[in-house]
Amino acid sequence: MSTTQTSAETEGGPARIDGPPAASLIAAGIGAVVLGLFVTLAEASTGIKGWLQWNDRVGPLSGKTILAVVAYFAAFLILGLWWRNRTFALKAILLAAVILVALGVLFTFPPIFQAFA
Amino acid sequence: MSLTNRETWGLIHGLLLGSFFLLAFGGGLAELYGLRARWETDEGIGGSVRRLTVGFWVMAVAAWLTVITGTWIVYPWYRESLAGADGAGCAGVQIPIPGKCSPKDFLTSNVSGDTSSWHTFGMEWKEHVAWLAPMFATTAAFIVAYYGIKLARQGRVRRLAISLFVLAFSTAAVAGVLGALITKVAPVK
Repeated sequence: MSTTQTSAETEGGPARIDGPPAASLIAAGIGAVVLGLFVTLAEASTGIKGWLQWNDRVGPLSGKTILAVVAYFAAFLILGLWWRNRTFALKAILLAAVILVALGVLFTFPPIFQAFA
Repeated sequence: MSLTNRETWGLIHGLLLGSFFLLAFGGGLAELYGLRARWETDEGIGGSVRRLTVGFWVMAVAAWLTVITGTWIVYPWYRESLAGADGAGCAGVQIPIPGKCSPKDFLTSNVSGDTSSWHTFGMEWKEHVAWLAPMFATTAAFIVAYYGIKLARQGRVRRLAISLFVLAFSTAAVAGVLGALITKVAPVK
């Protein structure tokens, strides 16, 4: 039975993150921001709202969500390949991801995006 | 006792897929929280990581299926415009009537009390915020799969995965609770 405790574990491990997981984090933030952006733009402009109606039964939600999902997976793939052999300071990646996710969550909250109507 | 096709899809979306994601959260969180080198043997860590990897990917798939069925199958029935511009089709009804007064028509017409906020706030928030959950869940699953047993010795990354997992749960919970409440007021029949 092994019950080893490394000093690194005590300190929480290295303060760096590998490229691919960093890419996945930033991609989640980008997906959230793209969703929030199109939700707000659709509210602000009837032209954009109409353009986002890629499916008549689903309405503008179809365009908003497809674009957000495409942005998420595209960012995941592109950044993941670009950063595959790199490491980053965890704090920097975390800060960027938190800002992007916060913006995404904020602009999908009705009192915020409906203020642009 | 029977269910219509629409009610069946509503159950698949909310009760099977959505509830599975929310209920599995507790188990995943406990397993990830307990994944520490000083708490588990090497053998135990290996087993935990295998369960976490499979569990997180299954949850991510469930989250994607929940939003896809919700948006592309159930939501069109919710938002149908049936009652006319003046909401005449909903006059005098107590619940939405298939072919005459859709749930959105019913809520926005205020024919049964002050119900329009269920759409303008509740549904508008639910239909958008729900799509964040699968993105966060997929990212959490990827991080767990990428680091594997290293997570037991890398507390910062483990806490990061836990935060993402909680974020995925929180956004799914907002959507799930609003969905349940909206369905109580204006069911898709």
